[in-house]
Amino acid sequence: MAFACGRAITFFAHAVTAVRPMWLGFDPKPLKQRVYFSNHASHGDFILIWSVLPPRQRQVTRPVAGADYWRKGKLRSYIGSDVFNALLIERSGAQSAETPVDLMAKALDEGASLIIFPEGTRNLTDATLLPFKSGIFHLARLRPQTEFVPVWIENLNRVLPKGAFIPVPLMCEVVFGAPMKVQDDETKDEFLMRSRDALLALRPRSEAS
Amino acid sequence: MDHARSDLLTVIAGIGGVLVFASLVGWLLQWRYSPDGENSAIENLNARIRAWWIMTIAISLAFLGGRLGVVALFALCSFAALREFMTLTNATRADHNSLAVAFFVVLPFQFWLVWTQWYGLAAVFIPVYVFLLLPIVSALSGETRNYLVRIAEMQWALMICVYCVSYVPALLNLNIPGYTGRGVLLIAFLVIVVQLSDVLQYIWGKLIGRRKIAPKLSPSKTVEGFIGGCLSATLIGTCLWWMTPFSPLQAAGMSLLITQMGFAGGLVMSAIKRDRGVKDWGHSIAGHGGFIDRLDSVLFAAPIFFHVTRYFWNVG
Repeated sequence: MAFACGRAITFFAHAVTAVRPMWLGFDPKPLKQRVYFSNHASHGDFILIWSVLPPRQRQVTRPVAGADYWRKGKLRSYIGSDVFNALLIERSGAQSAETPVDLMAKALDEGASLIIFPEGTRNLTDATLLPFKSGIFHLARLRPQTEFVPVWIENLNRVLPKGAFIPVPLMCEVVFGAPMKVQDDETKDEFLMRSRDALLALRPRSEAS
Repeated sequence: MDHARSDLLTVIAGIGGVLVFASLVGWLLQWRYSPDGENSAIENLNARIRAWWIMTIAISLAFLGGRLGVVALFALCSFAALREFMTLTNATRADHNSLAVAFFVVLPFQFWLVWTQWYGLAAVFIPVYVFLLLPIVSALSGETRNYLVRIAEMQWALMICVYCVSYVPALLNLNIPGYTGRGVLLIAFLVIVVQLSDVLQYIWGKLIGRRKIAPKLSPSKTVEGFIGGCLSATLIGTCLWWMTPFSPLQAAGMSLLITQMGFAGGLVMSAIKRDRGVKDWGHSIAGHGGFIDRLDSVLFAAPIFFHVTRYFWNVG
């Protein structure tokens, strides 16, 4: 049932966006553990990444998402937990014993790959990309052998902008860049800057307004 | 089996024969010059031929499915084309509601009008009503930056991708004496002549093309390709007069008209692509690009073909 729902959502995503993956310096086929980090403008972001990954990768890839959104309502929690097996993070209020980064590291140890959005929240501004939160750096430090893959999602913010319920059909691209790892002597700011630049470099038609 | 259907099957069989021949040539070229896929021109040619098979099968099924099949097929093409066009426009989140109306109200309604044969409204719905009403939806969002550009692009997208495309199935609604029930053949005539003209211009251009017509717009279009392609497509169109309500001479004139408009369509849509800095409209049809890349010539030919035919042959 969850599998069929996943298929239905993937089909719908393709019907609306004709999404096309682009692999720039990244080979998706080897079954390796990875952390995909991406720009975040829409609740559909991880669905789009998920639906262009090869099926085997899909099974082990878990999106990291906000619990406040994905626990609200039966349908959302079903899609979040059962279909996508999302790793839900409490963003507000009570701090639990484990930090979000610890939870992610634990999921990696269990063999999962992750989809994270280092901006920390949906970018609803006119800025191309918000500054990265430090979580991605701490995760990279905790698990230095894991590959971090930048993934640029193009156009989905126009398909489903803030506050809209009906997705508008526009063509989307999901661009995967070369995997990167944190270097031994790299500071937090350096790594955040380097990973952010790697993501920005993937924008197609970046000269267009 | 009635006459129209047997003629339709003859046409489909003929196209199938041409495709078998093209596939053989493509296979021979590959075997001789590109056994390991090293010649990208030949690889692209074969990708195009494979896509032609799929497009031919899809359109043949639609024709055999009758009115519903034809209207549904072109509504789907219109949807895909509109999606490609809107992607390249300046529409922002302020236009979200306008876009939703364009895709989910205007497009289905236009094809519904064609389906119900409401000619009077189908002819003015987008150029008059949508033209005046849709900018209001965008104005209500309060975003004024690029406003004129945004609404002009949206209207253009709807005219090209919905209004013009809907003229193809609208050919079924013409009432031509002695041609009842054969409307599908008129569509087949239009599509065959336009697409053959494209293909033949490409082939003539590759063989003897020297002088470029519009190097800034489309580096592959040459004077020799244009003349050779249009004339040979017109010749074939003339030989297909039995599909149409036209005499052979009339069929020749119509074919010439269609090929000229088709060529113009390719040129205009190329100019838009260059303006936006893209090579193809999309990537949905392997080897060809997007839907608009394949439809551009049909889009421009269909409304003129429809109105000329309607003016001279239609009754009632």
